This record gives sequence, structure tokens and C-alpha cells, in this order.
Amino acid sequence: MGGYSYDELGAIFAMQGFAGISLFSVLLLMALGLAIIFGQMGVINMAHGEFMAAGAYTTYLISSLTETYIPAFMPYYFVFSIVAAFLVAGILGYLAEFVLIRHLYKRPLDTLLATWGLSLIMQQSYRSIFGAREVSPTLPDWLMGAYPATDMIDIPINGMFVLGLTIFTTLAVFYLMFKSSWGLRVRATTQNRLMAGAVGINTKKVDRYTFALGCGIAGMAGAAFTTIASTGPTTGTLYIVDTFMVVVFGGAASLFGTIASAFSIAQAQSILEFFISGSMAKVFTLLTLVIILMFKPEGLFASKVRR
Amino acid sequence: MSFVYEKLFGDKKGMVGFCILAALILVVFPLFLDSFRLNLVGKYLTYAFAAVSLVLLWGYGGTLSLGQGIFFGIGGYAMAMFLKLEASSPENTAIQSTPGIPDFMDWNQLTELPMFWMPFNSFTFTIIAVLVVPTIFAYIIGAAMFKRRVGGVYFAIITQVISVILTVLIVGQQGLTGGINGITDLRTLNGWDITSDSAKNLFYFINCFLLLGVIIASRFILTSKFGRLLLAMRDKEDRVRFSGYDVANFKIFIFCFAAMISAIGGAMFTLQVGFMSPSFVGIVPSIEMVIFAAIGGRMSLIGAVYGTLLINFGKTAFSESFPELWLFLMGGLFIAVVMFFPNGLAGLWEDYGHHITKRFAFLKRFFAKGKIESTSVDGKLEGAN
Repeated sequence: MGGYSYDELGAIFAMQGFAGISLFSVLLLMALGLAIIFGQMGVINMAHGEFMAAGAYTTYLISSLTETYIPAFMPYYFVFSIVAAFLVAGILGYLAEFVLIRHLYKRPLDTLLATWGLSLIMQQSYRSIFGAREVSPTLPDWLMGAYPATDMIDIPINGMFVLGLTIFTTLAVFYLMFKSSWGLRVRATTQNRLMAGAVGINTKKVDRYTFALGCGIAGMAGAAFTTIASTGPTTGTLYIVDTFMVVVFGGAASLFGTIASAFSIAQAQSILEFFISGSMAKVFTLLTLVIILMFKPEGLFASKVRR
Repeated sequence: MSFVYEKLFGDKKGMVGFCILAALILVVFPLFLDSFRLNLVGKYLTYAFAAVSLVLLWGYGGTLSLGQGIFFGIGGYAMAMFLKLEASSPENTAIQSTPGIPDFMDWNQLTELPMFWMPFNSFTFTIIAVLVVPTIFAYIIGAAMFKRRVGGVYFAIITQVISVILTVLIVGQQGLTGGINGITDLRTLNGWDITSDSAKNLFYFINCFLLLGVIIASRFILTSKFGRLLLAMRDKEDRVRFSGYDVANFKIFIFCFAAMISAIGGAMFTLQVGFMSPSFVGIVPSIEMVIFAAIGGRMSLIGAVYGTLLINFGKTAFSESFPELWLFLMGGLFIAVVMFFPNGLAGLWEDYGHHITKRFAFLKRFFAKGKIESTSVDGKLEGAN
């Protein structure tokens, strides 16, 4: 790190830190959905990235429709598109659970293969509908630009907005999972399916809505994703491995662990990227994770559940 | 005699299946396909090594590795490095600013051969590297994970991440590995032109014999006591552990063996196709290898070969004429196999095969004529139906 003064280093860390916050937000939103699906239900959803892409394409669609038909609505469409992305991805997830996943709960490795098949089909659908080229929605003006905090540090507004969205979603998920009666049923089903069924919880219904919720959050991640990069048919696959690493590293059953690991992974990658090339930053981050996981296979925050 | 027979081919059915496969790839394909198509089949058969390794590891061992591409890639790259060094002799590369090093190194301003490339000047070392490096690599991964009782889903995800790491590393280190284009322009093996038709045909047969050998070796493992333990571990790991067996070591062994088989496939791939690139290392090829095994039947060594051939024929045929449809079909196949035919083609054959064999029952009667009187009675009854 020679050649940089302390001030410069501080500014670099701050700038890359803000860039990392955007990555953190998208990773965390993706991982929250996956932590619910994988951590709570034990389903390996390889199509999770494609549900994110579904949200991103929904945002794009709403943006171009608004631009053509009601341009006056442009400044506000983004808020609606987040809700729409959640609903579209959630409904897709609901259908996927109904058609596919519910037959495979007893065979977790097979859910991996089946959802990989699903992801191929979804990718090709995107390619057929939206074309192979990457698309991005026209962002409203208030999302663009940056707020200059000091001479050397600019705070990107879209990053802050996405961070706000992420914090809101995370709090909502925590409330749902740990305070609401629905969350109680989900946790009961996860801990002991038979017993939960015996006390009158409709476990099948719980499964279906849990899966749909996870996919819906992935859709919101997609909407957030459009603010930092453009969307292509294979966008989802780029993030799926990272997302799985976030969930596994944080400890699959712990939502708090997911947040901590998403933050550390995103920041490590973003800060390393400044000093070494992007690909090597990724190699170092992933390799460190794999090595840590070899010593601590249950992840950072393992919940002590008796199996 | 019958002891050896049972060890190597399982039972009579296994023997017949093995012979049919051998006849198909050794006689039928060479007779009816032109040189180009035969080379293509040879390429597919190299993937079958990985598929067979997954039958052992996943079908019988119950541990799904999403990283067979790693080992396929290491084997392929080791062979490619040797061939590349031979192709970049100082005479061939006289126009470069540093003659005698591979062209992509020259483009990336490297002035001397990196240390880890040096030993690949020797063919013997390369062959050993193809077999040993993936095995050691698999041992490290396997020992680290199985000793800590990491398995199932976590193992699948971590092997997948390792394959991503390797791909990103290969693509990123362009000067050392040839980057995204891989190692190309491989021409000769110890002065012998490997791009000629005769060489390609020879490689095809070597490949076939190696594959059949691998199947026999795998069958030997599966019919041994170790094979039984493998199945027992898959179904009730704790019970095997409580019976006093060290489960981790058995898993490590089968993972290493699977890695070695896949690496042989990778090396043969490089020899037949003439290049190696990161697109055969990452997530997508690794998962495709799993689907070859799944379609063929995760419990059938021979089925895995048919699964590989079928999917690749389909891929080639469809992507020539309807590239859009192929992904839909492939995705649909994935889902269908998992949901409706968990034992793949081999399972279908078990369930419905006797309907087909009935059609050919006259052959059996023909051969059995005069031996047993009752067969003709059976024949009459069938005729009456």
C-alpha cells in the first residue's frame, strides 16, 4: 500500500466503502431471501439469481412503460416498481414452489438440480422476451448524482437509497420472522415439522408462503440492483455463488450472521478491488471464505439447534 | 474365474451391458461416423469420465460434488501446458520478442517461463501430474471437509465456490494461463502431429479403452467390501461410524478417485480437441457433468456414458438448428429427471426394459434351441397371444 498518504488512504477506504455499501445492499437482499429459503427450509435454490433478475426486469418494464405513457409519473415510479418487483418475483416463487419444490423437500440435493433446470428456463425466457443485450431502466433524477461530503469523498445517492431500502427490508423480515405469529409458525415448522403439524400448523401452506417471501425479497434485490448495474439474462448467475457464500459463511440458520457476512464480504471485495485487480479481489475474498469455512464449517454465527 | 468375472462386471446383466457399450463405441461409431463426427464423439466420451466419477461419488457415495470441472480442468490444463511448451519451441516462436515461451506469455510481456511451467517440458512428468495433482488437490479439499463432517449440501456449495475461484484465477492471470481464450494452437506430441485424422482416430480408441478400463475399475471398487460400505454410508452414515469405520477416510478416498478419473478425461479432452479453456472448469460445465450422470442414471456406470452421449448429441443437434429451444429443453430435462425419473435412463430400462427384451425374445430362443424343450412351449404361448 506504499505511495498513499494517510489522508488519501482514508478517502480511498471511505469511497470504496460507499461503493461496497451498494454491493452490500444487493448481496444482503439476495442473501436474506436465500437465508429464508435455504437456511430455514433447506432448499438449495439455484434459480434465486433468476428471481432477482425477474425483479430487475420488472423495474425496467415499469420504467419504460411510465416513460412512454405517463412521463409525469417518472419521479415516483421507482417506489412502485420496488413493490411490483416484490410481487412479481413472489408470485413466480409461489408457482415454482407449487409445481416443483414441494415434491422435493425430502431430497435437498435434488432441489439443487431441479432449480438449476428452472434457472436455465428462466434465463432463456428473459433472452427471448427482452433480448440478449443488457438493459437498464431510466432512473428518476433524484436517484442520480452524489452528495459531496468532503473534497475527496463523494457519497453516491443511489447507494444511500438502496441502503435505506435494505435496512427497511431487513427490519421488516426480522419483524416477520421473530415477532409476528406467522414467523412463529415458520420457525416451528423449521425446527420440527411433524410436531408443528401436530399442533395444527398447516406446514404446507407455511412452506409455500415462506418460499414466495424469499423469492419476493430477491425481486426487491433486483429492483435495487438496477440502480447500480444493468441487467442481462445471465445477471442472476453472476451473483448466485456469492449469495450462497454469504448465507453459508454467516451460518445458514442465523439471519444476524447473514447481515454480518454480507457486510464483511462486500466491503472486503470492494476495498481489495482498489489495490489489486477485480478478479484477484474476488479470488482472495472467496478463498479466505473457503478456508475459514474449512475451520468453522457451521459459519460465523451458528445457531445451536439440536439436530 | 467366476470370482474375477463377478468382481469386474458385477453380474450377467452388467457383463451384457458392458459388451454392448464396448461394441457401440469401439465398432459401431468408428464404422458409421466420419472422422469429424468420430472426433466429436471422442470429445463427448471425455465428459463421460467425469460422469462416471459422479456415479461413484454421488450415486453410491451420496456426496454431490459440483466441482468435477476443477479436476477435469486440471487434467486438461496439465496436458495442454506440455503440448503448448512443445508447440512454442524457440524455432516456432522466433518472431516473438522472447522466443521459446508460449505466445500468450509474450503478449503479456513475460520474458521468461514461470517456475511452475518448467517441469511440463517432460512428458513423463505431465502424465504423472495429470494423475497426481488432482488427487492431491482432492485430498486437501476432502480431508479438510470430511474430517470435520461437512457433507451434503455444504460440500456441494463449497466445491462449487472452489470451481469459481479456479475459473476467475485462470481468466485473471492471463499471462500465466492464457486467460479466457485458454491454451490454444496445440500441434504435436513428441514431434507427432496430433491434428491429423489418423492421430485423432488413434486418440479416440485410446480414449475408449481408458473409459472402459475406468468403468471396470469402478465396478471393481463397487463390488468390493468398500462399495458396500459406500452405500451404507450414503444411507446411514452414523450407523457406519458407530460400527467402528472411519467414514471420513472412505469419503476422501472415493473423492480422490473420482478426481483422478475426471482428470484423465480432461487430459484426453485436450489431446482430442487441441485446446483447453476456462469454459470447461467453471460452474456450468461442472453442473452439466452432474446432469449427464443424472440423466444416464446416478446408480449406473454404463448409464452415465449413455447419458453423456445423449445430452451432447442433443446439444449439438439442437444448437445447430434451434439454439433457443435447447436451453428450454435442457432445463425441462433437468426438472423431469429429478422429479419423475430419479434413476435416469438406467432406471427406465430397469422398469420398462423387459417390454423391449420381450420383442427380442426370439433371438434368445434361437440361441437356446435344442437346449431346453420348454422354451418352444413358451414361444407357442406367446404366439397365441
